[in-house]
Amino acid sequence: MRAKAAAYPYMAWTLVFIAIPLGLILYFAFTDIHGGFTFDNMIQAGSYSSVFVKSIWLAAVSTALCLLLGYPIAYLMSRWRGMKSRTLLLLIMLPMWMNFLLRTYAWMTILENNGIINQLLGMIDIGPLPLINTQAAVVLGMIYNYIPFMILPLHSIMVKIGDDVIEAAQDLGAGPREVFSKVVLPLSMPGVKTGIIMVFIPAVSTFVISQMLGGGDNQLIGDIIELQFLGNTYNPNLGSAISMVLMLLVLLCMTVTGFLNDENMEEKLL
Amino acid sequence: MKKLTVCRGLAGGLRKLALGLLIAGVLAPGFGLSVFAQGYEANYDESYYSKFRDQGIEINVYNWGEYLSDGEDGLMDINAEFEKLTGIHVNYTQYETNEAMYAKLKSGANSYDVIFPSDYMISRLIEEGMVQPIDFDNVPNMKYIDPTLLNPTYDPEQLYSIPYAYNRVCIIYNRDMVDYEVDSWDVLWDEDLAGQILMFKNSRDAFGVALMKLGYSINTEDPQQIQEAADLLKEQKPLVQAYVMDQVFDKMQGNEAAVAAYYVGDYYIMKEVNDSLEMFIPQPTELFMDAACIPSDAQNKEAAEMYLNFLNEPNVAAENMEYIMYSSPNTGAVALLDEEISGNTDLYAPPEVLANTEVFIHLSEETNLLLDELWTDILSDDASYLNWVMPVFVILAIVVIGASLILRSKKKKNAKY
Amino acid sequence: MRWISKTYLGVFLAFLYAPIAILIFYSFNEAKGRTFTGFTTKWYVELFHDAAVFDALMTTLIVAFVSAAVATAMGTAAAIGLNKMNGRLKSVMMNFTYLPIICPEIILGVSFMLLFVSARGVLSAVSIDFQFGWITLILSHITFNVPFVILNVLPKLRQMDKSLVDAAMDLGCNRWQAFSKVAIHEIKPGIIAGFLMALTFSMDDFIISYFTTGAKHQTLSVLIYSMTKRRVSPEINALSTLIFVVVLTVLLIYNLMGWKKEKQLKMRRKGGGSFEEIDRM
Repeated sequence: MRAKAAAYPYMAWTLVFIAIPLGLILYFAFTDIHGGFTFDNMIQAGSYSSVFVKSIWLAAVSTALCLLLGYPIAYLMSRWRGMKSRTLLLLIMLPMWMNFLLRTYAWMTILENNGIINQLLGMIDIGPLPLINTQAAVVLGMIYNYIPFMILPLHSIMVKIGDDVIEAAQDLGAGPREVFSKVVLPLSMPGVKTGIIMVFIPAVSTFVISQMLGGGDNQLIGDIIELQFLGNTYNPNLGSAISMVLMLLVLLCMTVTGFLNDENMEEKLL
Repeated sequence: MKKLTVCRGLAGGLRKLALGLLIAGVLAPGFGLSVFAQGYEANYDESYYSKFRDQGIEINVYNWGEYLSDGEDGLMDINAEFEKLTGIHVNYTQYETNEAMYAKLKSGANSYDVIFPSDYMISRLIEEGMVQPIDFDNVPNMKYIDPTLLNPTYDPEQLYSIPYAYNRVCIIYNRDMVDYEVDSWDVLWDEDLAGQILMFKNSRDAFGVALMKLGYSINTEDPQQIQEAADLLKEQKPLVQAYVMDQVFDKMQGNEAAVAAYYVGDYYIMKEVNDSLEMFIPQPTELFMDAACIPSDAQNKEAAEMYLNFLNEPNVAAENMEYIMYSSPNTGAVALLDEEISGNTDLYAPPEVLANTEVFIHLSEETNLLLDELWTDILSDDASYLNWVMPVFVILAIVVIGASLILRSKKKKNAKY
Repeated sequence: MRWISKTYLGVFLAFLYAPIAILIFYSFNEAKGRTFTGFTTKWYVELFHDAAVFDALMTTLIVAFVSAAVATAMGTAAAIGLNKMNGRLKSVMMNFTYLPIICPEIILGVSFMLLFVSARGVLSAVSIDFQFGWITLILSHITFNVPFVILNVLPKLRQMDKSLVDAAMDLGCNRWQAFSKVAIHEIKPGIIAGFLMALTFSMDDFIISYFTTGAKHQTLSVLIYSMTKRRVSPEINALSTLIFVVVLTVLLIYNLMGWKKEKQLKMRRKGGGSFEEIDRM
């Protein structure tokens, strides 16, 4: 009986620092500055629909590309054993210890008109190509920052696919293509789902990447929220309304991928 | 507003030049610099400044990015000097735009003791009761402020603010990339320069440029004129490489962009790094004034006033202005500055030229909302026909999530039996 | 096939490391901007004299260590309690535990800001001056750190052989002794992993700190963010280079130790078991 009491401080903490703050978002979303109930904020939030659509689109493109680019890496890594696999894992995680603002800033240096890529292109008389301040640059920034979140869950699922399973499939006459499509792919689906969630959510809500690589006119939903709290003005009511829509989007993704209420979520997350 | 990024190159260069004149080039620059690094002669009233010594007082100062000399290039580290003189600790943080500062202040997250808003923001803060009158008895150095700059429209009775720095908006362009003499705002709409144009990232300045191009007042409240300006900005958008504030330095210095609207003082800083840059000041143009204010919830008002007084010590203001390179309203400081700077009519324009400028004032709430709305519209894609997407999404999402939760709990119940 | 995968891997790693190489390169650049003018190490020297960077670094470290320590203590206790719980309460608590991990950081940041702003209003009514600063930073960091500790400790508790604790109690330990002398050793790897994870997340955090930082101290990330709006000082590049080198060294040592162990294991029984991954995920 007493062991349960060990969780009480955490429960109190959760109430004060998770439940109440999220409740405040709901409260502010449906009240005006005088505290009266109103739908105005939601209606006003509606005028940002195009930003909303653009955020989802860019995040979806980034997530798809992360999956496409990250899957082979995770697979390769999972087929190796011991030191080699661990070194590769380390190499993939190491950049995440560098401040992500700085890494994104470094991309600005690479992509700008007189940046490294355009200088190289200039040597063979191409360009300069407009690379920075485009949607493509924002997508690139998202992929760069979030692809480890795709690779790691994929990898942790794929290492569990034993070599014996693959060998068994081969013994039964499956070619490489069939081994992949009938064995590896289905078995790695939980990792794919986790990866999609782990990439899509930060990508759809980012405001730094779009600001740094998007040139100010590629605003995303995160930028709009930031503007309401610390950017343009302090309008917690409108800001909360947009945050609530973003939260709904996240919950919807989790529902669709079957994350919500999943008993084994912790294994997937860590 | 803003900044002075990197290179205090110009200030450094001028400083060396001044030194050279001073000592007729006899001394080696290295030695000279160290002599000069002592700065202008200080004449502090020790008894005034020692009032709060050893009381452990702190003040929170909130300023524009790189808008106070911090000890680089041998210039004075003003906050450190102030702490040494008075024993008051300065917590110094920075903001990027008037609006960001306003948001932080309005949220009430912190109380600040000194802020540096611009003209129109000052009148907004006064109107909303967010700043308090300054006790000028505690700021004797107010006597140095140029009387022609007192009682401005944003603070007609000169109760709330102490002018800090002013400057005019100009067009900065790269002569290697723009093959004609720039003589009007039109260059910012030149289709031949598509993708090479930089524009202000804040709505007031951006609309200001469009309104000036149209020949309207930058403080117009006429929705018709504002709409025209918005259309002009929308027309310009495909040509714009990026909407920026201080990033303009990197981009113009590095030949990343051909033309930008920015501030005169900043041009001189960029010019020091990139000699291909030229400047044109359209007539009329916008004049901005940044002034120091004390927020209503300041916790150490008297210490804040002492800080403001210190900023207006002629030697301190002179060092600071060498760093910022804008125009100083402090006559004592201007007198100390080298002829090279104080005689520059771009920075210290004669009154008849300054008369041909317009200062932003605070607009009515409706106009502000209209500007905000149009500005967001310009920056995000103009796809207002999509407005139904969000409400439809919200309803759909709630239905799907709710349904799946119900399904799941049913499944679970069934599984139990 | 082999060379295709090798090439792909190479290109991918180049993509991953190009920006970092650039950061390191510019930390040796003489000019402040992005044009390379000459080699210098002066930024490393200036770094140690820059009060603002030093203050931000100290703030970051203090916030990270304090919040990770509190989160580890509270999270471990919570895991022990949750492990004994069943039914509805547990599933509600587990959902609240996942929430900070799943929830977009900007929403967490904004909600903390709303909470602290409201708290400031309430507290000022009873004339307590509550300002954004150390307290708000640490409280919010603890909140997003606790779940990582819990999710690391819970599986270890589940794997733990319950009879160990029973045996200890049979041998005369009371509950607390059974926990502190026996159980804790079983779950120690989970606690340590949780602590390290909390520490790294806290040090790396930008978005939540951005919304809860005060007028007096800023974390390194917030300072860097305000710099990216103007120009990043090469001092910051120098600092990240140093951090990179430190992290690299620590990880190399850790792994060398791991490799040695692995070799020994291999010698003892054929085929490597599963190893602890030191990932942050």
